[in-house]
Amino acid sequence: MIEIQNVRKSFGDLEVLKGIDLTVQKGEVVTVIGGSGSGKSTLLTCINGLEPIDSGRITIDGTEVHAKSTNLNKLRRKVGIVFQQWNAFPHLTVLENVTLAPRKVLGMAKAEAEAIAEKQLRHVGLGDKLTTYPSRLSGGQQQRMAIARALAMSPDYMLFDEVTSALDPQLVGEVLETLKMLAEEGMTMICVTHEMGFARDVSNRVAFFHQGIMAEIGAPDQLFNDPQHPETQKFLANVR
Amino acid sequence: MFDTALTANDLVFLAKGAGITILVTAISVVIGTLLGILFGVIRVQLGPVLAAPLTFFLDIFRSVPLLIQLVLGNAFVGMVLQLQISGFTVACIVLSLYTSAYCAEIVRGGIDAVPEITRRAARSLGLTWGQDMRYIVLPLATRVALPSWIGLALGVMKDSALVYVVQVTELLKSTQILITRLQEPLFLLLICGAFYFVISFPLARFGGYLEKRWSND
Repeated sequence: MIEIQNVRKSFGDLEVLKGIDLTVQKGEVVTVIGGSGSGKSTLLTCINGLEPIDSGRITIDGTEVHAKSTNLNKLRRKVGIVFQQWNAFPHLTVLENVTLAPRKVLGMAKAEAEAIAEKQLRHVGLGDKLTTYPSRLSGGQQQRMAIARALAMSPDYMLFDEVTSALDPQLVGEVLETLKMLAEEGMTMICVTHEMGFARDVSNRVAFFHQGIMAEIGAPDQLFNDPQHPETQKFLANVR
Repeated sequence: MFDTALTANDLVFLAKGAGITILVTAISVVIGTLLGILFGVIRVQLGPVLAAPLTFFLDIFRSVPLLIQLVLGNAFVGMVLQLQISGFTVACIVLSLYTSAYCAEIVRGGIDAVPEITRRAARSLGLTWGQDMRYIVLPLATRVALPSWIGLALGVMKDSALVYVVQVTELLKSTQILITRLQEPLFLLLICGAFYFVISFPLARFGGYLEKRWSND
């Protein structure tokens, strides 16, 4: 379970998270929507400790992410994250991209890491690209590789930060299909997205962020069909 | 008809000078590069304010002409530190620091060119700072920095001609000695230039080969 309690975070004078509370249960898919600069992406990087927080608490299965005593490198094995772009390590082949962390972080033998990597790459439809370099992949394939790479660490939670935003429209579908597949398999996921159809279809709950606060959260049907907060209504009216 | 007093022994003498040039360059480039990587990483990690003293120190080596550095370095070692070390060692020390100052900038530029998100992706997989540096950042930075580094190495090789001021007889000094004796400056400088070219060419080609190979990745 991921518990976020009254989390505040500023960059200089700009407060981007103004007291966020959110609990995500095991097996749940929560999507986060909202305009640019609403703090959605910052929240994800705070969850796996890539960004420090100013106050509040984030715990993952009882471990406080930002406590001094927490071994972040160890905690991050549980929490995979895929970013909007620049995910690939361009000097490594697809297979090497995926085996790097299992080998260096988990200390796996090469053969074992490769077997897991191949399995995950087949899972996301890249079984025939093992020896290819990322520059030869499409944007969608690169994102799927990044997903396979995160999955190879057998994470308990996956965070997706606008993973389709930098893609050409015709490539968005293949990545969303992969995310849907993971959701159906029961992966606990927090997805920051601009894909409203995806949010509606896949989520257990949808959260709407506005200027650093979580203005509203609810089941997709409720949030999309009967939004309560005026900012949610305005946002949804604009994206429809 | 062309006539010269140059003998086979003279060519051997020049080749020995070329050997010294290669040795001084190789030692300085290897040590200078290792120090440059260290200084470059420290600069990136500490940020401009904390790294200011190091940056100032490196700026001295980048700003003051090498000839002055060699003369003052030699005087410092002999008169201040009272050490009895050879001109060759002084030359290697000064050239290494000189190389490291330029290399640190090249390394810093290379590291800065690695997208922050790629580094975050590495850290998010549980890689430690050191693993991120070793497996992601430095290999990627190397690709960016290679052309500049090749230029630096070739530059150091040519700059090594100045180490004659600390009594090291490298290629150019050897040529000058022969010019004084044979009075055939143009012909001897032509040969000297050919030696420099033969030394430089493989390095330049190797750099080109690596760039091409990496661009196919």
